[in-house]
Amino acid sequence: MTVTADARDAVASALEVDHVESHLHPVSSFDLADHPMPTGREEIWRFTPLKRLAGALDDAPGDTDALTVETIGDASYVVGTLAPGQHPRGASLVPDDRASALACLHAPEAVHVRVPADAELDEPIGHRLTGAAGKRSHRHTVIEAGTHSRATYVLDHRGSGVHAGNVEVVVGDGADLTVVTLQDWDDDAVHVGTHEAVVGRDARYRHIAVTFGGSVVRTSSNVHYAGPGGDAELLGLYFADAGQHFEHRLFVDHNAPRTKSNVVYKGALQGERARTVWIGNVLIRKVAEGIETYEENRNLVLTDGCQADSVPNLEIETGEIEGAGHASATARFDDEQLFYLRSRGVSDEESRRLVLHGFFQDLIRKIGLPELEEKLTAAVEDELARNVAGKQL
Amino acid sequence: MSTLQITDLQVSVDTEDGPKEILKGVTLTIDSGETHAIMGPNGSGKSTLAYSIAGHPKYTITGGSVTLDGEDVLAMSVDERARAGLFLAMQYPVEVPGVSVANFLRTAKTAIDGEAPKLRTWVKDVNGALEKLNLDSSFSARSVNEGFSGGEKKRHEIAQLELLDPKVAILDETDSGLDIDALKVVSEGVNRFREREGKGVLLITHYTRILRYIQPDRVHVFVDGKVAESGGPELADKLEAEGYESYLSVAP
Ligand SMILES: Nc1ncnc2c1ncn2[C@@H]1O[C@H](COP(=O)(O)OP(=O)(O)OP(=O)(O)O)[C@@H](O)[C@H]1O
Ligand SMILES: [Mg+2]
Repeated sequence: MTVTADARDAVASALEVDHVESHLHPVSSFDLADHPMPTGREEIWRFTPLKRLAGALDDAPGDTDALTVETIGDASYVVGTLAPGQHPRGASLVPDDRASALACLHAPEAVHVRVPADAELDEPIGHRLTGAAGKRSHRHTVIEAGTHSRATYVLDHRGSGVHAGNVEVVVGDGADLTVVTLQDWDDDAVHVGTHEAVVGRDARYRHIAVTFGGSVVRTSSNVHYAGPGGDAELLGLYFADAGQHFEHRLFVDHNAPRTKSNVVYKGALQGERARTVWIGNVLIRKVAEGIETYEENRNLVLTDGCQADSVPNLEIETGEIEGAGHASATARFDDEQLFYLRSRGVSDEESRRLVLHGFFQDLIRKIGLPELEEKLTAAVEDELARNVAGKQL
Repeated sequence: MSTLQITDLQVSVDTEDGPKEILKGVTLTIDSGETHAIMGPNGSGKSTLAYSIAGHPKYTITGGSVTLDGEDVLAMSVDERARAGLFLAMQYPVEVPGVSVANFLRTAKTAIDGEAPKLRTWVKDVNGALEKLNLDSSFSARSVNEGFSGGEKKRHEIAQLELLDPKVAILDETDSGLDIDALKVVSEGVNRFREREGKGVLLITHYTRILRYIQPDRVHVFVDGKVAESGGPELADKLEAEGYESYLSVAP
């Protein structure tokens, strides 16, 4: 595996190019007219298989009973609903693509989750959404973490259907919020979503995306800051099988000084036309002096016929920063690693499983939520057992 | 009783300009209870011999045979060779990120024995093996070879040797890069293995230094892909005094 750029190179090259108007300054608007139906040539849509979106971008209300919703953990933090424009709805998220605008438009009642100031939740809260086959759904969730609160919110997607979902996050000053989004859809589901967080002064925000299932899953996970000292960590883990398209788009907008961001996404691909896309956009604005950012994407390609696109993109408008770097690598199994394990008697199949397990374990360890770590380890084992076993690679 | 028999082994590697012959007919027999030292200059093919016996896919066998107790080693897959009783301590052990030493050792032991080791004694065995090689028990939780110093990697190889308990061990420059204290610790590990019943050792080295701690029964001088001379331990003393020059000057 090769690291494509180290911090210094990235800064140097980014400073060399003249600043041009780019897609890192998207048109943000609630008005659907500002987000016409894409043709596929747009920068933000060029990787997405539009034909397979099954009406996700059509301007039509969702179906009734398209989504079964269960509450995870203490339901008392789900405090009500919010109409468009009703604070804090709109405080963080203004749609910058059509899917997000549609989810706003067709979800007149946003679910409002509020963790009061200073509250420290030991158990995760959240929602489990189960989509019904052949039905379209829209959802908008607003998660508000009060100042100095600490909580974990889990959004668990499963089932089938076509889903457009917005998650709007407001992390109060000094708060510590983790949002986990699990995409454990059935093989025919379509999911387009935007998760937008505004991170308060000295607050900590962690966003963990796990995608194992779905036909097309496209998530845009964005972060900007409400003041200096905010720290965002965006972690992702995905495993795409034959025919699946998983697209993870990240955008960190360093719009405040001394903020931090760390993005690590790891994925495995196997089977005919398994496709993953990772777009890591980081914008360091002129005011963002003293910031620190690092983003990394690694893909392990297990069979022929898969494609992993990995596009880190760092745009730097000030040189007065602590550090900025990115790494991106897509590799196959390392023959030397497999040889080493096999020379200790471990079968070829088991060796592949060990290497893959290790590849993800690095990331899983970073999550810091023991229960989720265990679940993920089991889920990875499951994928591996299901897919690596019995397949001569 | 076990015998590793290498007969007229010829090996080549693929290069950009086609196959390149590296081993040009190697014949060696290591009987149980014997330690053979192979000494030779850089690039003479020592690692090639070790890797070829272990089954590294980079090398193509173009002639000859290798048998372990009469079984055709070259017909076995890499992991079958290990399960048959061969062990290679590598010159450059490989890092496996995210796989803990504990997980790795347990998986390997289970594969070799055909059943999982008894949990209670196993943890003790692992900690004991690490401790004897001056590796802190915290190594169990670390990723295999990742961030290990050169010396730690070599000691980890010998800890595996003791735990996996093969019939024949091939040690490829396990001594290089070790300071004198680590060399003693590693040699003691190899000697503990040798004391077990019927074990064979093929010790590949560049320097005579390790032979002061591990007494070989036979010494072979390896030059240009072949054994140039074989003898008793006294041959090592001759090499110590004279180096490889006399062999190199006669080589074409
Ligand atoms: N892929 C390759 N292409 C060309 N030559 C190769 C290749 N791999 C190995 N060789 C050559 O094979 C020869 C034997 O290498 P080998 O590693 O077996 O030597 P060695 O005796 O172990 O050396 P050292 O003492 O440095 O460990 C060397 O000349 C090496 O350059
Ligand atoms: Mg060598």
